[in-house]
Amino acid sequence: MLTSNDVRNESAMQERHVTQLSAVGEEIILSTRNLHVFYGQHEALFEGDLEFANHKITALIGPSGSGKSTFLRSLNRMNDRIATVTGEIMYRGVDVNQPAIDVYEMRRRVGMVFQRPNPFAKSIYDNIAFALQLRGVTDRHQLDEIVETSLKQAALWEQVKDDLNKSALALSGGQAQRLCIARAIAVKPDILLLDEPASALDPVSTSQLEDTLLDLKQKYTIIIVTHNMQQAARISDYTAFFNAGRVLEYDTTSQIFTNPQVKITSDYVSGNFG
Amino acid sequence: MNSKTQNKIAIGALYGIAGFVVLILLALLGYILVSGMPQLSWHFLTAPAKAFLKGGGVGVQLFNSFYLLFLAMLISFPIALGAAIYLYEYAKDNWLTTTIRTAIEILSSLPSVVVGLFGFLFFVVKLRLGFSILSGAFALTFFNLPLLTRSIEDSLRTISETQREGGLALGLSRWETVTKVILPAAVPSILTGVILSAGRVFGEAAALIYTAGQSAPALNFMDWNPFNISSPLNPMRPAETLAVHIWKINSEGIMPDAKAISSGSSAVLVLAILIFNFAARYLGKRLYKRLTSA
Repeated sequence: MLTSNDVRNESAMQERHVTQLSAVGEEIILSTRNLHVFYGQHEALFEGDLEFANHKITALIGPSGSGKSTFLRSLNRMNDRIATVTGEIMYRGVDVNQPAIDVYEMRRRVGMVFQRPNPFAKSIYDNIAFALQLRGVTDRHQLDEIVETSLKQAALWEQVKDDLNKSALALSGGQAQRLCIARAIAVKPDILLLDEPASALDPVSTSQLEDTLLDLKQKYTIIIVTHNMQQAARISDYTAFFNAGRVLEYDTTSQIFTNPQVKITSDYVSGNFG
Repeated sequence: MNSKTQNKIAIGALYGIAGFVVLILLALLGYILVSGMPQLSWHFLTAPAKAFLKGGGVGVQLFNSFYLLFLAMLISFPIALGAAIYLYEYAKDNWLTTTIRTAIEILSSLPSVVVGLFGFLFFVVKLRLGFSILSGAFALTFFNLPLLTRSIEDSLRTISETQREGGLALGLSRWETVTKVILPAAVPSILTGVILSAGRVFGEAAALIYTAGQSAPALNFMDWNPFNISSPLNPMRPAETLAVHIWKINSEGIMPDAKAISSGSSAVLVLAILIFNFAARYLGKRLYKRLTSA
């Protein structure tokens, strides 16, 4: 019988191919070292050592339960209350995974959009403006301007500009998700983490969302978890393949999808398992 | 017997049981309203009670009921809100919160007469508050706190976890998330809970008999200085409420029209509680619309 330890040792011996982006001349904005995540006694992520390139889209793919969402949620410490995260998360040269870090300030730099659109039960305008108001932005003109630019960047402005005072709960799934993106970029983050943002959306909304993300790449670094292989191939520059709590392969997206070095990766991207 | 017949029998039985419950309720409400409504008049609702003569009203008792309800809510709501926020938004599941939850559950199942007698020993006698509105309000707080805490906690629970994540991901602190995202979304359901518990408090008698007292001294409704003994606002005066009044008339009422007054008071009580219930639904819905589609 296999114990979890055996599985671990076995996976530790698995072949891996993780490219160091710093070695190929990319500017690194975020990197992790020796990252381990425990839910109670259960270790969900054994090792996630990755470097993320500035102003690029990185896709995290892998089968369910492979640890990619766990990894993503650890990056802006959304796992703080539910899991124990050890190791370093270096953001612009600072380890943000230490108690002394102001986690609220950090999350303003590393924003997040979730799987299910979660607009607040407020008007469209307030969904975007209220977090800014809490941070002391009270000038109405400035707020109006930020709301407008954020909605434009999220490609939602044209559809809602006359309904800013209407409830955000009345938006369709795709619109709501883009409002969540607008809300996230309104606080001017550096990095945007997206956890399967299109999984609850129809194909048309999904493709609009992908266009939006490609536009946003000019200004933000994007890390996206996705189950949709085509999506990863369409929009990302780099792709990391997770399996059983480890990063098994990390390379340019074209490499991962056309010439994967690791057998399991090749099985996964060609649809043979997962 | 085939499954179709079985199903029909089951549905028939369930309809029968439900109908029976509705019938009891309607009979009870109907009896109270039919025998009580004819007694209702402006005079009945506003005049003070008479101990020996015909023609007394329930004005003072009615005012006492509302005033006591107001004070009890004033004390219990902030505590219940704080407790519920702590329990649901902050506390981790450990022995301490388990103990608190158990305590709340036990407290909510205490017979109200026990709460009343505790209130008598502690507030009336030990703290020397006497038979007073304040003693009554404290006793009602004990009676109300567990139910209200539970209902607010349930309201917070109905707000999806994704809303909390959304707030935190914007860099809001947990406190900001709770006060700016969660509470506004939960207000309608919290309000509904508050009004429904107000209905329960309004009809409570046993907890008040030994704390707020069974006498209703005449009040001077022109005197709004809370320090004067005849002022309606004075929290140190004894104050018989409507529910206590009903109990008292039926056990020791010696006025000639005791039965009529008791019927009228019951009708007023039932109507007030019905109004509370409908108001809770209406306001909850209105507020939800207002808050979500600004």
